[in-house]
Amino acid sequence: MSDAHNNDHSGEIEPVGPIADPGLPAHTWRPTDVDPAKEKRAERQVAGFFGLSAICTVLFLVAYFTLDIDDNWHVVAGFGASTMALGATLGLSLMFIGIGIIHWSRKLMADHEISELRHPANSPEEDRVATLKALNEGIEESGIGRRPLIRNSLLGAMGLVGLPAVVLLRDLGPLPGDKLEHTIWGKGLKDKPMRVVRDGIWTPILASDLEIGDLVNCQPDALHNPERYELDPTEVEGIASQVHKSKASLVLLRMNPEDIKPGKDKDGNSRENWTVNGIVAYSKICTHVGCPISLNERTTHHLLCPCHQSTFDLADSGRVIFGPAGRPLPQLPLGVDAEGYLVATRDFDEPVGPSYWERDYYDRW
Amino acid sequence: MTVGDMSKVAKTNGTEPATAPKGAKAAGAIANWADERLGLGTAMKKNLRKVFPDHWSFMLGEIALWSFVVLLLTGVFLTLWFDPSMTEVQYNGSYDPLRGVHMSSAMASTLDISFDVRGGLLMRQMHHWAAMIFIASMMIHMLRVYLTGAFRKPRELNWVIGCLLLLLGTIEGFTGYSLPDDLLSGTGVRAADGFMKASPVVGSYMSFFLFGGEFPGDSIIPRFYAMHILLIPGILLGLVAAHMLLLVYHKHTQWAGPGRTEENVVGYPMLPVYAAKAGGFFFIVFGVITLLGGLFSLNPVWKFGPYDPSKVTAGSQPDWYMGWPDGLLRIIPAWETHIWGVTLSWNVMLPILVMPPLMLMILIALPFLEAWITGDKREHHLLQRPRNAPTRTAIMVALMTFYGLSWAAGGNDIIAIKMHLSINQITYFMRAAVFIGPVIAFLITKRWCISLQRHDEGKLLHGYESGVLVRSPEGGYAEKHLPLPEGEAYRLSARDIDPTPETVEEIESSGLAGRQVKLRRLRAKLAAVFFADNVQKPTAEELHDAQHHAEHELHELEAQIAAGPNKHGPADH
Repeated sequence: MSDAHNNDHSGEIEPVGPIADPGLPAHTWRPTDVDPAKEKRAERQVAGFFGLSAICTVLFLVAYFTLDIDDNWHVVAGFGASTMALGATLGLSLMFIGIGIIHWSRKLMADHEISELRHPANSPEEDRVATLKALNEGIEESGIGRRPLIRNSLLGAMGLVGLPAVVLLRDLGPLPGDKLEHTIWGKGLKDKPMRVVRDGIWTPILASDLEIGDLVNCQPDALHNPERYELDPTEVEGIASQVHKSKASLVLLRMNPEDIKPGKDKDGNSRENWTVNGIVAYSKICTHVGCPISLNERTTHHLLCPCHQSTFDLADSGRVIFGPAGRPLPQLPLGVDAEGYLVATRDFDEPVGPSYWERDYYDRW
Repeated sequence: MTVGDMSKVAKTNGTEPATAPKGAKAAGAIANWADERLGLGTAMKKNLRKVFPDHWSFMLGEIALWSFVVLLLTGVFLTLWFDPSMTEVQYNGSYDPLRGVHMSSAMASTLDISFDVRGGLLMRQMHHWAAMIFIASMMIHMLRVYLTGAFRKPRELNWVIGCLLLLLGTIEGFTGYSLPDDLLSGTGVRAADGFMKASPVVGSYMSFFLFGGEFPGDSIIPRFYAMHILLIPGILLGLVAAHMLLLVYHKHTQWAGPGRTEENVVGYPMLPVYAAKAGGFFFIVFGVITLLGGLFSLNPVWKFGPYDPSKVTAGSQPDWYMGWPDGLLRIIPAWETHIWGVTLSWNVMLPILVMPPLMLMILIALPFLEAWITGDKREHHLLQRPRNAPTRTAIMVALMTFYGLSWAAGGNDIIAIKMHLSINQITYFMRAAVFIGPVIAFLITKRWCISLQRHDEGKLLHGYESGVLVRSPEGGYAEKHLPLPEGEAYRLSARDIDPTPETVEEIESSGLAGRQVKLRRLRAKLAAVFFADNVQKPTAEELHDAQHHAEHELHELEAQIAAGPNKHGPADH
C-alpha cells in the first residue's frame, strides 16, 4: 500500500504526554523485611505448606494401597472412593507445594522491581547489510540466477517429488464405488425376503403386534441369522455388523392408514403398497449428518433427530418439516412373508444417511 | 539494568550470620562445569535475571502452558494401558453393568483404565479436564492479547502461532475424546463422517480413505490415536516452543504507569521471583486439575456404553469447544442443491466446512488488517486499555457475540427443556440473532468505550468525584472534584495519540488515479470509521487550563464552606 505515507508513523513512539513521567514509585519495605519476628513466621508458614504437602502425599500412598476401585464409583457422593481419595490427596499435595513456593516468593524473596531496556526487534543496520551481502554472495556463487535450466528443472523435479507423498496415501481405503447406495436389506431371497426384526432381541414382527402410535427400532434379520439368507457369517460379524447397522437401521411406525399420504418412488410409481396395515418403515439414519433418529412424537407421526433436531413426517414420505436436514428420510417398502411376518420387499431405492456429492435426488411428491 | 537496595531483604534465617550461602557455592560449581562444555554463560547472562512485568492477566497464557504439561504427563500414563483397536472383544472387567457386553478393545481398555487400574480414572478425568482448561485458557489468553493490543508489531507472528495453537488444540481435543469409542464419541465421529461426505466432489472418497472403507470401519480409532499422541502433540510442542522463544525475544508487554514506558520493561527478575511464581503456579494448576479429576466426574463413558450406529442418547453434544459449529449446524435452514445428478449440502458445508476456517482466517488476519487500516507501523510494547481502541474492542465483542450465540444454539434442545420453550422458536430466534446480535454488540461496545474514554478525560481534566456535596448560596448542589494523584493521572494520560492516516480528501487532492488509489481510498474510509469519535488524551495546555480552572472552583467552594452554613459566600456569587 502507500509506504510513503506509512513512513510518517514509523520509528519510535513519541513519549510526549501532558504529564511528565514521575518515574517508578519508591520501594516500600514489607513487614517481613523489617521485622525479624514476621520474617520468622513467614518462613515457618512456607515450611508448613511444604509439610502439609508431604502429609498429603503420604495419605495418597495410603489411599492407593488400601482402597479398592472395583466398580464402586458411586460409593462416596457419587464418586469412587479410590478415585476421590487419590485425586483429593494428590491435588492438595501439589497445591500446597505451589502455595508454599508462591508464599515464599511474595514474603521472603527480594521484591525490588528492576527495569530493563528494550531493543527494537530488528537487527542493527550493519548486521542487516552484512547478512544481505552474504545472502547475495551465496546466491551469486551458486549461479542459480544465471542458470535457468538448472533452476527450472530443479523446481520441476521438486514439484513432482511431492506426488509420492500424496499417492502413498492411496491405500488408506478403498474407493466408494456404489457401496453407499446399497444396504443389506437388498440381500433377501425370492422365497425368503429379508425379515424386519426387533433390534437387540432379534424377533420377527407380525403386523398385528403393533398398536397405532407404536414405534419399533428394527434391524435386518440377516445380521443375526445370516444362514437363512445364504450369507457367510463373517459378513455380519464385528465391524461388518457395525457397517451394516450404520446403513440398515430402521424404524417401524404404525399409524392410522388414512393418515398416510403415499408419495412416489424413484420410477414415479405410487408408494401406496409400501405399507402394511398403516405400518411404515423408514431409515433410522438422519439425512443430515447421519445420527440415528430416535424421538417419536406419538400423536403427530413426526420423528425428531436428537443431534440437530431435524424433524421428519413419516406419514408424508419422510418429508423434512423442521431443521437442517436437506432431504426426506428414505422409506423401505414393506410386505409380509408366508408366515405373516413383516419383510422388506426390496432394498431402499436411494442411498441412506448423509448427503454426498454424487448422490442423486428424486422428488417424491 | 538497575538493581535496587537489597540491604534489608531477608537473607539469613534470623539467627545465622549472612555468610556466603552453601547453595550458591554448589550452584556456582555446577554452572562452571556446564559452561565449560556448553558455553551457557553468555546465553544466560541476560536471561537469568530477565525481567517479567507483573499483572494478573499475564497469567492466562501460563494456565494454558501448564495444563499442556499436565496433558503430556497424564497422556503418557494413559497410553500405557489404552489399546487403540476396534477389534471386537467381550468385556470382562470389574464394571458389572457392562460385563459380557461386546465392544471394541478401545472401549474395553478405557473401562479397564477406569475400573481396574488404580488412579486410572483419576488420570483419565485429569486428562479430560486439562484438555478443557487448555483450550479455555488459550481462548481467554487470546482475548486478553487482542483486547489490550498486545498483538501489534512486533508480535504479529506470535499472534498467528497462537491462533494455530488454538486450532490444533481443538483438533487434538476432538481426536482425543473420540478415542474411547463410546456411544457419545461415536456419534460425534459419525457426524464427522457426514461432514466429510458433504465436501464437494471428493466427499465420499475422503470418508472412505479416512475410515479405511465404509463408516465406521476398523481404522478410525488407530488413525486418530496416531494423530492424537504423535502428530498433533509434536506440532503443538514445536509451536509452543516458538511461542515462548518469541515471547522472550520480544520481552513481555507491560501496562503504562510511572516509570513504565515503551523503552523499558519493569518487573521482577526471572531468578528468583518470576521462576518461583511461575513454578509455584505450575503446581497450583496441576493441583487444581488433580482435584477436578478426582472430585468432578466427566465423560462417564461407562454410562454411555459402547458405540452402536443404531443408537443415540438425547442431548448428544460435543465437548464445549466444538459447540459453536454444532450450533450453526442446528440452526441452518435445510439448504441443499440438487442439480445435474449431484448434491451440494450447504446445510453442512456452511456451518462446518466454511465457518470455522473462516473464523480462524479472520482471527489470524486481525492484526494485519488493523495495521493496514491505521497505517501504524510502529513497535508497541505498552498495552492499551480496551476502551482506548473502541473499534478494535467492538470487533472482538461482535465476534464473541457471534461465538456465544452459535454456542448457545448448540444447546437449543437443553435450553428448550430447561426453560420450557419451543425448540422451533429458539431455532428461528437464533437464525436471526447470530446476524443481528453481533451488530448490536458492536455498536454498544463502541459507544461504551467512547463513554469510558470521556470519563477518563473528565477525571484528568476535572479531577475525581470526591463524594463531598456542596450547596451553593442559590440552593444548588454540586459535587466537589479533587485532582487525581500524580501516578494515577500519569497512568491515564500515558497513552498513544491515535495515528492520523491519510484522508479521502488528501488522496483526491493528490490527483492520482488507478487501482492503487482505489485501495488507498478504501483504507482512508475504513480508517475514518476506525477512529471515529475517539477521545484523544488532552494536551499539556488543556490539562493546565482545566486544572487551573478546577483549582479556582475548589478555592471558591472552600471559601463558601468556610463562610459556614446558611451564610452567603463571596459577594461576586
